[in-house]
Amino acid sequence: MFLRQSSLVLRKYLKNTHKLKLFSTSTSTIDYPGAQVIWSGNLSFTNSHSYPPISTYRVLNSKGQITNNSEDPKLSNDVLEKMYKDMVLLNVMDKILYESQRQGRISFYMTNFGEEAAQIGSAAALSIEDLVYGQYREAGVLLWRGFTIADFVNQCYGNVEDKGKGRQMPVHYGSKKLNFVTISSPLTTQMPQAAGAAYALKGKNKVVICYFGEGAASEGDAHAAFNFATTLDCPVIFFCRNNGYAISTPADEQYRGDGIAARGPGYGLNTLRVDGNDVFAVYNATLKAKEFALARNKPVLIEALTYRVSHHSTSDDSSAYRPADEVTHWATHLNPVNRLRLYLEHNSLWNEDKQKEWMKECRKNVLTVFEEGEKKVKPHWNEMFTDVYKDIPDHLKKQMEEMAQHVEQYKDKYPVKNFS
Amino acid sequence: MANLRIPINSNFTSRFVSFLNRSFSTNKALNAQPMTVRDALNSAIDEEMEKDERVFILGEEVAQYDGAYKVSRGLWKKYGDKRVIDTPITEMGFAGIAVGAAMAGLKPVCEFMTFNFSMQAIDHVINSAAKTFYMSAGRVNVPIVFRGPNGAASGVGAQHSQCYGAWYAHCPGLKVISPYTSEDCKGLLKAAIRDPDPVVFLENELLYGVQFPMSDEALSKDFIIPIGKAKIEKPGKHITLVAHSRAVDTCLIAAKELAGQGIEAEVINLRSLRPLDMDAINASVMKTNHLISVEQGWPTCGIGSEVLARIMESEVFFHLDQPAIRITGVDTPMPYAKTLEEAALPRASDVVTAVKKILKA
Repeated sequence: MFLRQSSLVLRKYLKNTHKLKLFSTSTSTIDYPGAQVIWSGNLSFTNSHSYPPISTYRVLNSKGQITNNSEDPKLSNDVLEKMYKDMVLLNVMDKILYESQRQGRISFYMTNFGEEAAQIGSAAALSIEDLVYGQYREAGVLLWRGFTIADFVNQCYGNVEDKGKGRQMPVHYGSKKLNFVTISSPLTTQMPQAAGAAYALKGKNKVVICYFGEGAASEGDAHAAFNFATTLDCPVIFFCRNNGYAISTPADEQYRGDGIAARGPGYGLNTLRVDGNDVFAVYNATLKAKEFALARNKPVLIEALTYRVSHHSTSDDSSAYRPADEVTHWATHLNPVNRLRLYLEHNSLWNEDKQKEWMKECRKNVLTVFEEGEKKVKPHWNEMFTDVYKDIPDHLKKQMEEMAQHVEQYKDKYPVKNFS
Repeated sequence: MANLRIPINSNFTSRFVSFLNRSFSTNKALNAQPMTVRDALNSAIDEEMEKDERVFILGEEVAQYDGAYKVSRGLWKKYGDKRVIDTPITEMGFAGIAVGAAMAGLKPVCEFMTFNFSMQAIDHVINSAAKTFYMSAGRVNVPIVFRGPNGAASGVGAQHSQCYGAWYAHCPGLKVISPYTSEDCKGLLKAAIRDPDPVVFLENELLYGVQFPMSDEALSKDFIIPIGKAKIEKPGKHITLVAHSRAVDTCLIAAKELAGQGIEAEVINLRSLRPLDMDAINASVMKTNHLISVEQGWPTCGIGSEVLARIMESEVFFHLDQPAIRITGVDTPMPYAKTLEEAALPRASDVVTAVKKILKA
């Protein structure tokens, strides 16, 4: 049984929303500074059985039908079509880049299969001015914002067009223009940083969205981020992609209790749990979170329940720890892309011909860009001297000049044509 | 933390075939059978778990998944959930739990998927594990092993490619091991597990799949290599090359090339970074009168800096005919580009060039 709202609670709540008083004038109660007091004569545990699981918000059922019309986000046909097309394009790009890693053409890759709705739905609810801190499986968010296939491919190849100058592993995308902070390899560092960024952006009519997985939520940084975001009133949306696996570790070995959402109220976070494979539910939740965060200068936690159909990365073979049937089930019956397609088809916005045409276009686009990206030269060699310090130290300047002379003198001996 | 977590399980054996030829040239190894570093580590943990039921292993994916780099392969099947423990992704959590278990009398082997992730837990390693014996006035010792791959792997970028040798060797209270061969790994890991103090055991990912000969002695369950003793991998009389972990391989390749030019380099495999076996280094320098340190870590305040400083402070300084020098990883975050990554680490050709310069050969 959940806590009953007695009049006492309500009275104290009202009082506490104004100002916490350390000394009560009432004889029947003491205002301890650490929590609100409800007296009880029964000694009993509060645990996960004390209240039902947090409900999961859903708009589209697995057949692609809106179950409650009042929850229809009423998106324009253009937005609906972009949502679906971006999901399909993401799939096609993932398939081709994954294969290219298998062929040894790039060193590493991470696909997004199964989590398309969580990415696209949340991205669509925000504006480009809102700042994104990703974990590493958010290519769909970038795609939505306008990161081109060429941008993705160039980063994976680390060629001259890569904004990161070839310094990062593949999939460590970033875009200052699109307000997407470059992915950092260490896990969960994005969470306290997102809270900090939101603190800095207070009053600027922007929110920060921070993506993380249920595994990342186990890191101490997650705790710090939640606690600081609430105590410092930061307008940040913590968006958990709870996809069931942290590499090989299943969620039931990662934590106990009612998922990541259940932690929210404990931190004083306004919390939503949504069906992460339902693009409309994710959209509505993110929009509501943004409105709330902006209006109140407060953080929101969203837990999107989804399933990682992908292997963790190209370094992982998930068949070692989960049954193939399980993956197939999620990839077919509970596929978020198919769900949106069904909806679009019910509403005559999509059909088999359009599907074929779009698939063809996607493949052609990705393959063309991919071939171009592979042929592009590498960044200029002098980039290896830059960016360790804002001002290049003298000893590095000297080395750079020596190298310039050396390369000039022996340019017939070096593959200078491979560098910009 | 930890990160993108990028186990790369490629078999590097073919690249390192030269090890076998070289190592087989010693008498003791004639009857030796090859064993990978991975299997040597695995057998060390297995034997110590069998011997002492207080020993257990914990870390991310060490149980059913056999460890990200398969070092704990088969242990979960053999010892079960009680002694092979998968943890959530919280380095500060499981390092702290391991320290607590050690304080309470168990002997944890705490696996970091890579030492890059130990940064999340470094307070437990240094402020708790390394200092508790001292802070408790000798009442509570912390018999724990922190182990995992250290240093540059291959193509995993700046945040996943760095050597923690100097970081941990800096701290009193810790013992720090940086093994090279399969024998090193087996004998030293067993010593580390039996040791009453906290030990940081720095493996190398690129060596996991490499086979080295194992002597009959090393195959024994009683095989132990004492912590704090270096090994002369190759004797020589003209110059001393001091290295640890994969840099020992760099030195051996260089020494082979130099031998062809009449220069006999003595290659010292440090094995332990703290304590540092200065006796071995001193004896060698007094014989060769020349010294170069080689390591993959950064130059500033590195292991080489320490070796050279100690030589400078001792009588051995007067035995040097030329200034001692350091060859280190380049003073920069690790580049991702393959060619730059190779150039950012000491290569055998760098060692050969430096030796010839020092010897004016």
